[in-house]
Amino acid sequence: MTASKEQKKAVLVLGCPQVPVQTSLAIYLAYALRKKGVATVIAGNRAARQQVEVSDPERSYIGEMVDLDRFISELADGARKYDYYFVFIHNDSGVSYAATVQALSGKPVVAVIYGEHFQEMADAITFPSEKVAAKAVHNPLPLKNKIDEVLPWVVSNL
Amino acid sequence: MGCIESLKYEIILKGASFAECRQYVRTNCREYVDVPPGYRIFEKPVIGVPPISIGLDGDVVTFPYTKPCYGTFLMRIECSDEAARLRSGKR
Repeated sequence: MTASKEQKKAVLVLGCPQVPVQTSLAIYLAYALRKKGVATVIAGNRAARQQVEVSDPERSYIGEMVDLDRFISELADGARKYDYYFVFIHNDSGVSYAATVQALSGKPVVAVIYGEHFQEMADAITFPSEKVAAKAVHNPLPLKNKIDEVLPWVVSNL
Repeated sequence: MGCIESLKYEIILKGASFAECRQYVRTNCREYVDVPPGYRIFEKPVIGVPPISIGLDGDVVTFPYTKPCYGTFLMRIECSDEAARLRSGKR
């Protein structure tokens, strides 16, 4: 008899929810990862978490939610580790959070980059990462399609 | 040490980028130390792209404080214990 493999876990680190596509893409990514057998935890500030919670009230797609400051503290203390780190980025703060998550985890992050300034943000990332970027502001499809392209590779290689 | 909000602080830059904060500290503070992301300053892990420069002018500590929706603030707090800890390189 073989022991069942432990379920892998991903964290989705949300930024400020001011760009409309973030919430739909976070829920979609949680769904897509779940379909691949990966459990998800969403980390964000209160507004970002509430956008997600209100959009998926029965938690059909999302799993555990944690406060962003608590997530960073736990990562800094080595209290929690994940198999995959996805960081949503549309501004300079997002790049700073991604760099912090990468440095604390010691693993490459998957930078999910969107918004008007997506190219500028992508160019600012020089630390170990996989970048998934598109000029998605109101319409999530360009970035959703890119997530669909790279997710199988991410799940099997990172 | 209490949380940053409960300490007497001064905001030097508002809505700045991590690069602007690093440049300001290196140009305007008498001394600076570089710390890695997650290094605790006033008990809070610092957020940023390395190297993160922290300024020291006597007992005054100048450091970046990042919030997802408001960008990075460059803040200044007078605290001899924290300044001494940063100079000693203690985590």
